[in-house]
Amino acid sequence: MSTALLIVQVLNGLQLGVLLFLIAAGLTLVFGVMNFINLAHGVLYMLGAYLAVTFYAVTGSFLLATVLALLATLAFAVLLELAVFRQLYERDHLDHVIATFGIIIFLNHGVKLVWGPAPLSLPIPDMLSGSVRLADGLLYPWWRLVIIAAGLASAGALHALIAHTRLGMLIRAGASHAAMVSALGVNIRRLFTLVFGLGAMLAGFAGIMIAPILSVEPGMGDTVLILAFVVIVVGGIGSIQGAFVSALVIGLVDTLGRSFSVDILRLVMGPSPARTIGPAIASMLIYLLMACVLYFRPTGLFPATGR
Amino acid sequence: MKTVYRMLAIAGAMSLGLSAAQPQEKDKLKVGVIATLSGPPAVLGQQLRNGFTLAVKNLGGTLGGREADVIVADDELKPDVAITKVKALVERDKVELVIGPIFSNILQAIMKPVTDAGVILISPNAGTSNFAGKECNPNFFVTSYQNDQVFAVSGKHAQDSGIKKVFLMAPNYQAGRDALAGFKSAFKGEIADEVYVPLNQLDYAAELSRIAAAKPDAIYVFLPGGMGINFVKQFRQAGLADTVTFLSAFTVDESTLPAQQDAALGFFGGANWAPDLDNPQNKAFVAAYEREFGAVPATYAFQSYDAALLIDSAVRQLHGDLGNKDALRAALMKADFKSLRGNFRFNVNHYPIQDFYLVKVVKRPDGKYQTQIVKKVFENDADPHAKECPMK
Repeated sequence: MSTALLIVQVLNGLQLGVLLFLIAAGLTLVFGVMNFINLAHGVLYMLGAYLAVTFYAVTGSFLLATVLALLATLAFAVLLELAVFRQLYERDHLDHVIATFGIIIFLNHGVKLVWGPAPLSLPIPDMLSGSVRLADGLLYPWWRLVIIAAGLASAGALHALIAHTRLGMLIRAGASHAAMVSALGVNIRRLFTLVFGLGAMLAGFAGIMIAPILSVEPGMGDTVLILAFVVIVVGGIGSIQGAFVSALVIGLVDTLGRSFSVDILRLVMGPSPARTIGPAIASMLIYLLMACVLYFRPTGLFPATGR
Repeated sequence: MKTVYRMLAIAGAMSLGLSAAQPQEKDKLKVGVIATLSGPPAVLGQQLRNGFTLAVKNLGGTLGGREADVIVADDELKPDVAITKVKALVERDKVELVIGPIFSNILQAIMKPVTDAGVILISPNAGTSNFAGKECNPNFFVTSYQNDQVFAVSGKHAQDSGIKKVFLMAPNYQAGRDALAGFKSAFKGEIADEVYVPLNQLDYAAELSRIAAAKPDAIYVFLPGGMGINFVKQFRQAGLADTVTFLSAFTVDESTLPAQQDAALGFFGGANWAPDLDNPQNKAFVAAYEREFGAVPATYAFQSYDAALLIDSAVRQLHGDLGNKDALRAALMKADFKSLRGNFRFNVNHYPIQDFYLVKVVKRPDGKYQTQIVKKVFENDADPHAKECPMK
C-alpha cells in the first residue's frame, strides 16, 4: 500500500463523489423545495447519456453534443414536470413513489425502443483521451480528472446561484415557507418547474460526463439512484451543502473500502478468508455509514434550515 | 351449479377431442425456444433466437423433414417467469423439444419442468457443472460447453506462453469463483492478486489502480455482459493495455464488441469457435447470419444453430416419428450432423467433447469487430465432471 496508490485511490473516490453530487443535487433540491420524491431522477441521468451519444453521432463534436444534450434533457424534464409531476405535488409520498416508479419503467422501455437494447458508447474527446503519469507505473486518465474538475465547477456555480442570486433566494425561501413565498406574489409553480429543470440538467450532465467511461444502456440510472438517495439521506434532505460533503464522503468511503479492505483484513486473518470477507464488507460500508448517521443525527449531517 | 357441471362436461369433451386428434405423425414439429429477450442481456438472447431461426430457414422451414413450428418465449432473466413460460410451452403448446436458455440460473429453474414432462431440453449456452456431473439428465443435451473448459483455456495459454505473474478478477458469486479456480487449475505461476468485485459493478477505477500498482504480466478477468464492456473501456483508458496482456473468459465476444470497439483490440479470450473458424459450413453460416441480421454472430448464435442441426439430424433418423423417447435420445446422442465447429461428439453426460481455442479481438476490413482464432489450446477436450455422471 504505497502513498502513490493511496493518492490515486483518493482521486478515484473524489471522481465518484462529484458524480454522485451532480445526481444528488437535483434530487435533494426537488425533495427540499417541493417535498417531492422523484425516483425517476436516475432516468434523466440515463437520458443525458443517450442524448449525448445521439448528438455526438450527428455533430461529431463532444462539446456541441454536451450542450445540445443538456438543452434536450432540460426540455424533456420541463415537459415531464408539466405533464406528470405537477399533478402529484399535492398528493402524499406513496403516490409520488408509485407514479415516478412507473415513469422509470416507461422510460427504460422507451429508451430500448428508440435506441435498442444493445449498450452504446461515447468516445472520449481525443485531446483528453490520454493518461497523466502520477508515479512510476501509476497512470491516471485525463478524463477522470476532467470529471472531477467539471463536478467541482458545477458545485461552485450551484452554490453561487443558491447563495448569491435572487433566484437562489427564492429557492431557499420556497424550501422553508412555500406558502408564504406564494402569498408574496411569486409564481411558485414556475419556480418549481425551474428547480426541476435545473436538477434534471445536473443529472443529465452527470450522465454525459460518465458516458465515455461506462456503457450507455437501458436501466443505467437505476443503480446510481440508490447511491444518490444514500447521499441525500446522509447529507440532510434539502441541503445542497450537505449533498456535496456527503457525496464526497460516500465516494471516498466506497472507493477506499473496495481498494484496501482485503489488505487491512489480511493483517488480522489469513489471505483466503480476507478475500471472502473483504469484498462483502466493502460493499456494505456506505450503508453502515448511512445507518450510523441516521442513528446519531437522524436529520443528516447538514440538515436544511427551516424544515 | 348446473351450468358449472355443463361447462365441465364441455371442457372434458373438448380435451378428449383434442387428445384424440393429437398423435398424428408428419404434422408440424413444435419446438419451443426460451431465451432472455428483455433487459440489457437481450443481445445474447437475440443471438440465440436468430441462430435457431436462421437454421430452420436454411432447412426450408423444416426440421428433419417435418414442417417446423418454432415458438419463442422470453424468460426476462427471472427464474419464476421462466418456469411459467416453459410450462406453457410444454403443457399448452405441447412442444416436443425446448431450446434454451442463455443463463445458468434460468437453466436450474427450467430443468425439472421440462425434462420431468418427458420433453427434451437442449441448451445452446448454459452448461453448469452440476448437470454435467452428479445431476446429469437423460433428457438434457448441451451444444455449448461446460464453463470450466473455457476458464481453463486462458490458464493453459498463460502457462504455455511463459507469463509469470497474473492478476485475477471476477464478480463475487459462484460462477466468478469457478472462473478463477478454472484458470488456476491450468496456471502454476505467480498470482499477483485475486480480486472479487460486486456483481454488476460498473466503475473499476479502484481495481484498475490496484492492477497498475501490482504490475502484472497479464490480467485474467471473467466479467460477462455490461461489466466487461465497462471494464474493457476503462482498462484501455487507464493506459494498461500497452503493458499488460489481457486474458479473459466471456468478456470480449461479438455480443459485446459493438460497444467495446477499438478498446478491445488485441484482447484474448477462450472459446470453442470463432467466426473465422475455417470450414465451409461455418463460412456459409457467418455470411448468412450477417446478411440476415446485420451483425456478426457470437457463440450464442452458432451454438443454437448447431442445436437446430442436431434436432434435424435426429428427427431425420427417426423419419419424423418422435413417439419413442429412447429412440429419440439415441438419435440425438449420435450427433450425426456437420457442426459449425467441426469436431463434435457427445460425452456420456450429453455435453460435447470438442476443441478449444485462444481467440483474439480484431477489426475487420469492413469496420466490424470479431474474435479470431490464434491457436488451438485443447483438442477433444472433455469436461472434468463427466466421470461423476451416472449415465453410461
